[in-house]
Amino acid sequence: MIEPIKFFTGKFNISISDIESLLGVALSRGGDYADLYFEHTTLNSLNLEEQIVKSANRAARQGVGVRVISGEKTGYAYCDEVDVAAIRKAALTAAHIAQSRSHVGPVGVSRVSPARDLYPVAQLIDDEPLPRKIELLNRIDRKSRAFDRRIREAQVSLADEFKVVLIATSEGKLIGDAQPLARMRVMCIADDDGALQSGFSGGGGRVGMDFFSDQVLDHYADEAARQAIVQLEAQDAPAGPMEVVLGPGWTGVLLHEAVGHGLEADFNRKGMSAFSGMMGRKVASEFCTVVDDGAMPNRRGSLNIDDEGNPTSRTVLIENGVLRGYLQDKLSSRLTNASLTGNGRRESYRHMPMPRMTNTYMLNGASASGDIIRSVKRGLYAAQIGGGQVDITNGKFVFSVTEAYLIEDGKVTAPVKGATLIGNGPDALTKVTAVANDLALDEGVGTCGKDGQSVPVCVGLPTIKISEMTVGGTK
Amino acid sequence: MITTELLSDIVNQAVKHGATEVEAFGVESTEFHVEVRLGEVEKLQEAASRGIGLRVLYQSRQASSSTSDVSPQAIEELITSAVEMAKLTSVDDAAALPYGDELAREIADLGLYDPGVGKLTTDRKIEMARSAEEAARGADPRITNSEGSACSTTTSKTILVTSAGFAGEYQGTTCALTVAPIAKEGGQMQVAAWGDRQRALASLDSPEALGREAARRVLRKLNARKVPTQEAPVVFESSAAEELLGDFFVAVDGYSIFRRASFLVGRLGETVAAPALTVIDDGRMRGAVGSRPFDGEGLAARRTVVVENGVLKNYLLNTYTARKLGLRATASATRALTGAPVVGFSNFFIAPGVYQTDEIIASVKNGFYVTEMLGFGFNAVTGDFSRGASGWWIENGKLAFPVEEVTVAGNFRDMLRGIEMIGNDLRFRGRTAAPTIKIDRMMVSGG
Repeated sequence: MIEPIKFFTGKFNISISDIESLLGVALSRGGDYADLYFEHTTLNSLNLEEQIVKSANRAARQGVGVRVISGEKTGYAYCDEVDVAAIRKAALTAAHIAQSRSHVGPVGVSRVSPARDLYPVAQLIDDEPLPRKIELLNRIDRKSRAFDRRIREAQVSLADEFKVVLIATSEGKLIGDAQPLARMRVMCIADDDGALQSGFSGGGGRVGMDFFSDQVLDHYADEAARQAIVQLEAQDAPAGPMEVVLGPGWTGVLLHEAVGHGLEADFNRKGMSAFSGMMGRKVASEFCTVVDDGAMPNRRGSLNIDDEGNPTSRTVLIENGVLRGYLQDKLSSRLTNASLTGNGRRESYRHMPMPRMTNTYMLNGASASGDIIRSVKRGLYAAQIGGGQVDITNGKFVFSVTEAYLIEDGKVTAPVKGATLIGNGPDALTKVTAVANDLALDEGVGTCGKDGQSVPVCVGLPTIKISEMTVGGTK
Repeated sequence: MITTELLSDIVNQAVKHGATEVEAFGVESTEFHVEVRLGEVEKLQEAASRGIGLRVLYQSRQASSSTSDVSPQAIEELITSAVEMAKLTSVDDAAALPYGDELAREIADLGLYDPGVGKLTTDRKIEMARSAEEAARGADPRITNSEGSACSTTTSKTILVTSAGFAGEYQGTTCALTVAPIAKEGGQMQVAAWGDRQRALASLDSPEALGREAARRVLRKLNARKVPTQEAPVVFESSAAEELLGDFFVAVDGYSIFRRASFLVGRLGETVAAPALTVIDDGRMRGAVGSRPFDGEGLAARRTVVVENGVLKNYLLNTYTARKLGLRATASATRALTGAPVVGFSNFFIAPGVYQTDEIIASVKNGFYVTEMLGFGFNAVTGDFSRGASGWWIENGKLAFPVEEVTVAGNFRDMLRGIEMIGNDLRFRGRTAAPTIKIDRMMVSGG
């Protein structure tokens, strides 16, 4: 496995004493805190469509971001060259945010290693020969088409990356991490005499090649094909408020939008979240306990350390319905005297960190999913959902269902077309009237966008019943 | 530094390594971003960056590579990895560089570069952001907080060199100013963001005008409520109509068409919308953010009429999708550093109609005026549309009360045909623009 400090000092002409003097340059005009974020990432992608591999792509990205914090102010600069002169220039630029003239010399750093390795990988997908990867895509293509003669087309893609980071802070920490990440995606198009529908599936995580077993690949293929076929029979979705049952897994996007973003510390510190000032208050029914856990093995949202060099952790956001915690980064925790939670993340060295989610899910309840469905006279069962979005300030959030069925007299009946569901974050979870014991995390496909930055995340949910949500169908 | 000579050299080397067609793309840019909140500078970011992307074909097999490291060693790796990968992908007959006669012969000066943008001092940019926020906060005592105001500028140089003999380069600038005040009343808190993005500083709305408009937009959201579920006429304010246009783009993107993944497949030459609707993509508009002298494959930018008086005239195509469909490319290739070019729009807009916004609202007895939308509920394969929305309810031709937490839904086939009125209020604030649009009937789902 790669040792990040050796990786950067060996690959580039830079030493630990260089890093120490660069931190001094960053604080040359004062400031409370500075850090350097070294990144080297390789990204590969492979695309299959119309039964042929249409392209193979490889990107190499490297650079250093320098950040200086002075009170509530942040100065940030970066360079694409990992060399002392370029980083020094960036450090001087970032330093401008601070105004005092107090001179700080070099800042000593000592090496720290992450306490654990949540994603040991025997062989990186990055090192895998291309023909072997192509074989995975071909298998999914064959399997999708074999599912039903109406599956006319499969698009399959594999994206993998390997990111090595090294973070040096003015608090004296020098810590690195090596982060593998892979995602397989499948889209199937079903064509029944010109009536078209699509289905999506996929998964991955911080994993190696062995993760994509035949069984896993076949499951992706069957799932995308099945969804496309089911949709061929879909009727118009209903419109109006009704009982909604969410199936387990990726439906956890509900939590991500309804409460997750609203509990990021930056929005709350500034009083602009619908959840601002609600700590200790009831924001969900007693059935709901929601956590964000960046320390789960191999998950897409997991990290040994966050992008500020702090260990990730399990943070209880909502406990039995009561708001318990916010997701913190360095800046917000400093300004509010809160403990770090390891949620300071960034897309790359070109971006400054901010509080972000990792793996966010609701804990199991006591109900059985079958009983929940049987308890609904008329409602909507959402099995699969697409993307979501939230207005942090007024709390309104949406997510779109992509596979849904009517529930009539306690039974799941006809499939219905995609529709957007809308709710209000601070009270949506107060309407959760049952939580089942079938928690599932999504299979590893999620990406979250905030302020123009994308980071990989994971969500999870057991089957839950919401007594009322507005369903945006047409009938 | 990335130069035409460096990229030409890369193209030649890739050919020597066995590539049959090669395209090298380089970008150098500087960015500046400052955020002011409650009058104080909160974030300041400044950097220069660059990258080289390489696409190669080896006997109709395609691969690409990119790097932010321009050292000789990294460039050697860039070339060998692309060529080696291309030997292992599949033969794809449509994958090729453009025909020689399609390539731009001259690099048109479209007024994309404003030297004034690069000369703006940091203090001036901070002052612009501060003025915008002050104008918003000073507008009304109910504006009690702010997400902040941001001023961003970029300058960039784009170079493209291909083995088919194309070599072109252009420079551009952008400047942007956004502001997002927060208002509170009766236990309800609302935010609204407003801004402008232009190539030239002189075209940018003044900080004060942006601040005042942001204030107007947030104040009108206060005290919003749900409405009962019903079918009703829906008027999309210009900025919401712009989002509909963004969804519509997916349905005319050449990739959706050759994949048969659009409800507009096979409809060229047919009436797909009300006669009032004309949709245009124009890469040659002078000084516009989406303009470019040549596209991501070296084709001269052009004006493409997508829908003319309701009739579908053109899809938007790059070289690949054009060949798949047996049509001519519309110079719509857009590329990132990595990967094959995709189809993108340049300046994509709905041609303005004749109506004042007031006249459009006055024509509605009972309906919904949508000012903001939330979510991604559009399926280009089927045309099904369902998104979160907020705005105002219209009663007897007048704005009656603010509305939130509802959805609007329909099918794009019906929505396009149901366009009854188009406003005359077209203004570009980026690469897409749309005037106010009235659709005869949609499902509004609420309480």
